[in-house]
Amino acid sequence: MSAVPGTEHRRASTAPPARSHGPVRELTGTRRLLRLAGRRDRTVLPVWSVALLGLLAATVASIVSLYATEAERTQYAVVAATNVVARAFDGPMSGTSLGAIVMTESFGILALLIGIMSVQAVVRHTRAEEETGRAELVGSAVVGRDARLVAALLLVLAANLGVGAAATLVLIVSGLPVGGSVLAGAALAGVGVSFAGIAAVAAQVSETARGANAIGIVVVGLSFLLRAVGDAFGSLAETGVEVISAWPSWLSPIGWGQQLRPFGEARPWVLLLFAGVSVVSILTAFTLTRHRDVGAGMVPLRAGPARASRWLTSPAGIAWRLHRGTMLGWATGLAVMGAAIGGISNEVEELLQTSDDLAALIGAMADGDTLVDLYIAFALVLLAYATAAFLLQALFRVRSEELDGRVEPLLATAVSRVRLLGAHVGWAVAGTVVILLVIGVAAGVTSGLVTAEWGARTADWVLASLVQLPAVLVLGGIAVAVMGWLPRLGVPVAWGALIGSLVIGQFGGLLELPQAVMNLSPFTHVPAVPAEVLDPVPLLVLLGLAAALYAIGFLGWRRRDLQC
Amino acid sequence: MTDSAIQVAALTKTFGPVTALDAFDLDVAVGEVHGFLGPNGAGKSTLIRVLLGLLRKDHGEAVVLGGDPWRDAVALHARLAYVPGDVHLWPNLTGGEAIDLLGELRGRVDRRRRDDLVERFQLDPTKRCGTYSKGNRQKVALVAAFASEVELYLLDEPTSGLDPLMDSVFRGCVQEARRGGATVLLSSHVLAEVEALADRLTIIREGRAVQSGTLAELRHLTRTSITVTTARPVSGLEGLDGVHHAELDGTELRMEVEPEAMPSVQRLLADHDVLSMISSPPTLQQLFLRHYGQELTPDELAETGP
Repeated sequence: MSAVPGTEHRRASTAPPARSHGPVRELTGTRRLLRLAGRRDRTVLPVWSVALLGLLAATVASIVSLYATEAERTQYAVVAATNVVARAFDGPMSGTSLGAIVMTESFGILALLIGIMSVQAVVRHTRAEEETGRAELVGSAVVGRDARLVAALLLVLAANLGVGAAATLVLIVSGLPVGGSVLAGAALAGVGVSFAGIAAVAAQVSETARGANAIGIVVVGLSFLLRAVGDAFGSLAETGVEVISAWPSWLSPIGWGQQLRPFGEARPWVLLLFAGVSVVSILTAFTLTRHRDVGAGMVPLRAGPARASRWLTSPAGIAWRLHRGTMLGWATGLAVMGAAIGGISNEVEELLQTSDDLAALIGAMADGDTLVDLYIAFALVLLAYATAAFLLQALFRVRSEELDGRVEPLLATAVSRVRLLGAHVGWAVAGTVVILLVIGVAAGVTSGLVTAEWGARTADWVLASLVQLPAVLVLGGIAVAVMGWLPRLGVPVAWGALIGSLVIGQFGGLLELPQAVMNLSPFTHVPAVPAEVLDPVPLLVLLGLAAALYAIGFLGWRRRDLQC
Repeated sequence: MTDSAIQVAALTKTFGPVTALDAFDLDVAVGEVHGFLGPNGAGKSTLIRVLLGLLRKDHGEAVVLGGDPWRDAVALHARLAYVPGDVHLWPNLTGGEAIDLLGELRGRVDRRRRDDLVERFQLDPTKRCGTYSKGNRQKVALVAAFASEVELYLLDEPTSGLDPLMDSVFRGCVQEARRGGATVLLSSHVLAEVEALADRLTIIREGRAVQSGTLAELRHLTRTSITVTTARPVSGLEGLDGVHHAELDGTELRMEVEPEAMPSVQRLLADHDVLSMISSPPTLQQLFLRHYGQELTPDELAETGP
C-alpha cells in the first residue's frame, strides 16, 4: 500500500531524455492503461449504456403515442409547469413540444444515472486501483504519473460521448428535431463528464474507494436536490407552459442540462458550464495528485486507540463500526430530502385546491381521500427506493468484506457464520427502519411547520414512510438469498430488482405495462397510505416473503465455501 | 488416535475444473511443530482453510483436535489460532483494536502477554491498519494469535513480509508455544524456517502429499555433496552406482553421493590419499527441488545452498 518516496522522481530522472518532454513523459503508458480499463469495463459500461438508452427509447415511444395532438401536449404542459411536485421531480417544463415532454419525463433520471455511472467508473480506475495496490504494481512499470487518471477520464469521456451520441440518435429516429436532439444528447454527456471530473477530485481527496464513491454520489444526489428545490420554487412564465427556475437550479449540473432547454428556446451556451466545471475539476485533480503519494489521501490519519473498547470486540461491534458511517450519511441525506418534501406541503395543497385540471388528473389515479394524501404517498415511495438502495449497499458490505479477505480472519475465530452474517443483516435492517422513520418524522415536522397542521397529518407522514418497510425488506431479502447461494450474482440480481421496481413504479403507468408485470415490484402491493386504507394483508405477505428470503440466504451462507 | 492434533486422509477439494487437493494425507502429532512445505499454488492454503471449516471438503477425512472442522467449527476455533499468509485488516481500525478484536472473538486475551508481544514485534498499536505495511499487518495477526493460549496454531506462510529480525522473534514465539505443549502446523516455502523449527514435515505438490517424515528421514532419501582433494587424481568412479554429477578437475573432485554408495566411495577415495574433504549434508533445498523433478547441477547448488 505505501509508496516508496522518491521512486517516481528517480525513475523520471533516469528515463531516456530523447525527444520526450515533461508532460509527455508523465503520460507514458496512457494508451495501454486505457485499453486495460476498457477491457475491464467491457461488460459494466455497455450494460449501463444499454439500460440508459433503453429507458430513454421506451419513454420516448410512449410519449409519442400518448401525446400526439397539440391539445394533449398543452394539457400535459400546463400540469407539468404548474404542479410543484411535478416540477421538483421532473424539472422545468419548457413549452408544449414533444421534445419538451421527453425532457421532463426522462432527463432528470437519466442525468442521475449517468452521473452515478461516471462517478463509479472514475473511482474504479483510480482510487480503487490504488487501494488494492494494483496501481503500485502498474506504476512501477514504464507508466507516467498522470497516465492512470488520464486513462480513467478518457474512458469515461468516451462512454459519455457514446451515450450522448446514441441518445441523440434515439431522439432523431423517434421523430424529434435534429437540433434539439443533438443538444439533448450533448447535455446528457455534459452531465456525465462534469460528474466524472468531480469524481476525479474525490478520488484524490479520499483514501478509500468507498469514500470517493460516497463523495461523488452525494454530489450527484445533491445536484438533483438543488435543481428540485430551484424548479419547485421557480416561477411560471407568461406562456403558462414554461417554468423560470430559481437560482438553486443553476448550481447543479443536472439543472444545467434541463436549463439548456434543447426543445424550447435553446441555450447552447449552457454547454460551456459543463466544459468549465469539467476543466476546473480535472485540473484540480491533477494538482492534487502532484501533492500526494500513491495510495495516500489528502487528509492525514490520526493515531487511534491502542486497545479496543468493549463495544468493538463482538461480531455486532465490528459490524457497527463498518456500517455506522454509511448509515449516518444515508440517514442525513434522506432526512434532508424528507424535510424538503414535507416543506413544500403548503404549495402542494394550494396548488391542488386551485387547479381543477390537476385535481381531476391526480384524483383519477386512486379513489383516495384528499389529494394531499396522494402527494404524501407518492413522494414517500420515491424515498423508499432510496432507502432500499441503502439497504442493498449495507447488505453487500458483507460480500465486499468477504472478497477483501476480512471475513476469513473473523470466521477463523469462535464466531459462527450465522452470527457474523446476522450482525451485518441486523444492522442493515435496523438502519432501514431508522431511516424510514427519520424520513417520515422529518417530512412530518417540516410539513407541520409550514402548514401548522400537527397530529394526524404528522402521523400520516410517518406511517406513509414506515408502510414501505416490508417492500424494502423484500429487496434486501433477494440480495441475501442470492448472496448466500450464488454470491457472484448477488449484486446484479438485487440491484436489477431495485431498478426494475423503480421502472415499474415510475414508468409502469406511462409504459402501460400489464398488471402481471406491475405485480413483480413489491412496491406495487404497498397500500398508498394515507390515501388508501392501511390494509395489513399485503404487508404481512411481503414481510413473510422477506423473512423466507433471508432464511434461504442464511442457509446458503452456512453451506457454501467462503470466497477468499 | 488421540495422539494426532490433525488427521487428514484422502482429502479432495476441487474448485470447478481445478483440483486443489487430490487425495491428500497429513498426520500432525500433538505437541509437534509440523512443517508444511510446497511451492505457491500447491494447495497449502486450501488445506488450512478446509481445516478451518472455511471451505467444505469434497471427499475424504479431516479431523482437527478430535472434531469435524466443518461441523464443529466454532468450538474448535476457540482452541486454535490462525495466521493467514496475506493478512487483510480493517483500514480504519488501529492495529491494537484489530489485535483485541481477533483475540477476544477467539476467547480470552492475556493482556500482559499481548503487550509483551506488541513490544517484541515492535508494533505501533495506535496506527490505523490502512497505513500498515504488509509486514506490520502480519505482525498484527501474529500478536493476536500468540497472545491467546490455544492448543493448535495454524500458520499459513506467517513470515512473508517480516524482516529477518522479526523472523527470529517469530521463531521464538513458535518455540515457546511448543514448550507450552501446543501443536503448530507451519506452512511455508521458506526452507530455512522449516529446517530451523519443524520436528517433522510434509511436502505437498499439486495437491498431493509427496513425502512425509522427520528431517533426518527425508535427508536419508537424498544425496550428500562432497568436494575432495586427493594426492593423486581419482580414477575408477565410473564403476560405482549412486554417484552423480562427478566433476574431476586435476586432483579436485566434486560429486553427489547417494547414502548406499557412501561406503564404496570412501574406500575408493582412501586409495587416492585424501588431502582435504568437504562434505555437506543434503539441504532441504535439494530435497525440495528433487520432489519437483529438477535435478540440480553443482553450480546451482552453490547458488541455492543454505
